[in-house]
Amino acid sequence: MDAKPAQFHLPPLPYAYHALEPHISRQIMELHHTKHHQTYITNLNAALQTQATAMSTSDLATQISLRAAITFNGGGHINHSLFWLNMAPASSPDTKTSSAPTLTEAIIRKWGGEKEFKDAFSKALLGIQGSGWGWLVKQEGAKESSLTIVITKDQDPVVGAGQVPVLGIDMWEHAYYLQYLNGKAAYVENIWNVINWKVAEERYLGAQADAFKVLKASM
Amino acid sequence: MSATLLRASTLRAALRAAPVASSKRAGLVGATFVRGKATLPDLPYDYGALEPAISGKIMELHHKMHHNTYVNSYNQAAEKMAEAQSKEDIKAQIALLPLINFHGGGHINHTLFWENLAPTSQGGGKPPSGALAKAIDDGYGSLDTLKEKFNTALAGIQGSGWAWLVQDTQTGKIAIKTYANQDPVVGQFRPLLGIDAWEHAYYLDYQNRKAEYFKAVWNVVNWKAAEKRFQ
Ligand SMILES: [Fe+2]
Ligand SMILES: [Fe+2]
Repeated sequence: MDAKPAQFHLPPLPYAYHALEPHISRQIMELHHTKHHQTYITNLNAALQTQATAMSTSDLATQISLRAAITFNGGGHINHSLFWLNMAPASSPDTKTSSAPTLTEAIIRKWGGEKEFKDAFSKALLGIQGSGWGWLVKQEGAKESSLTIVITKDQDPVVGAGQVPVLGIDMWEHAYYLQYLNGKAAYVENIWNVINWKVAEERYLGAQADAFKVLKASM
Repeated sequence: MSATLLRASTLRAALRAAPVASSKRAGLVGATFVRGKATLPDLPYDYGALEPAISGKIMELHHKMHHNTYVNSYNQAAEKMAEAQSKEDIKAQIALLPLINFHGGGHINHTLFWENLAPTSQGGGKPPSGALAKAIDDGYGSLDTLKEKFNTALAGIQGSGWAWLVQDTQTGKIAIKTYANQDPVVGQFRPLLGIDAWEHAYYLDYQNRKAEYFKAVWNVVNWKAAEKRFQ
């Protein structure tokens, strides 16, 4: 009866905690990764263990009652895992949009220009009421795919059918408060300096399962 | 600024905010907004007065920057609402409702919150007395049990939000309820005591250790304010 679900582990950052300075401080990155992200994983693992037990005993009520905890903590794990890879030190060539030729072309087709896209994305981020995330999402269609800016609340992940999260930005206050305080517009402006366009291009060219490979690696 | 003055300005703010929620009174709203704007109330204590539970830096940023942004953004939204109403543009009015709810709610919540806090020298942390104390004992067994349940509710908020001790206006009973983002306590429930669980309320002092903030804040809770709201 003792069902053991897979346990998730904190994926390592592909850069040092101070590597995104001065745009995101070492202190923020370290707390964000070792404390916030880790807490989502710890709570996700606990919820999945409870769920496994509830499934092995056909306890439907408990299974259903766990949905919110799994969405929140599982979403927190998914979102942060994707987010870390969406960033790179500003000195890296990956932070140039030239590392994402296909994606940039699609962005220009959709928004008219890179600046227009960044303005629209930034505006959406600053319009979030409460905690949440902003995403550039590739929606796969029957014939062709399209790009959209999607806002998700709290830790709701982008996991809809055919949706590929190309680029995500954490707009929870813990993502910027120690450095930017209430100045979230400055955080949004500066984070563009550390966006990893190479990863965004890879996700754009891939399918949903490819974007979520990082989760399998952290199991 | 005295507590009386703060209450008066809270009341005025609430009065100005009230017509927005009621579409039946839409015709009055334009006039109400033209007359006056929501304003940031003064705190009835110094920024540093709640230390060590809440630092002066947090209090100052929270009041001067966060609360003030809600006030200004609410006034902007209210102005646009008045314009939409004067043009009888119903679509524009509906589109503005989330902004009114968010920023107006932020103004109402923080205004009530400042009153809910007091330095220990001004009664902060002193247990409630009278009818509210009795209602707490009847409903929860003891004040400590209420605090425990309240802290569990605070810790369970997924995202930004508030936990409130409310009074059900229909039954008179008290209850603990959580509200997302800046949703204010309106309608069936009357706000008695609210704790801000947004990260900006504690992050500079406590970072991710929010349970420590929820524990410490009770040392500066002004139960007198809750008693006055309890009916
Ligand atoms: Fe985060
Ligand atoms: Fe607040």
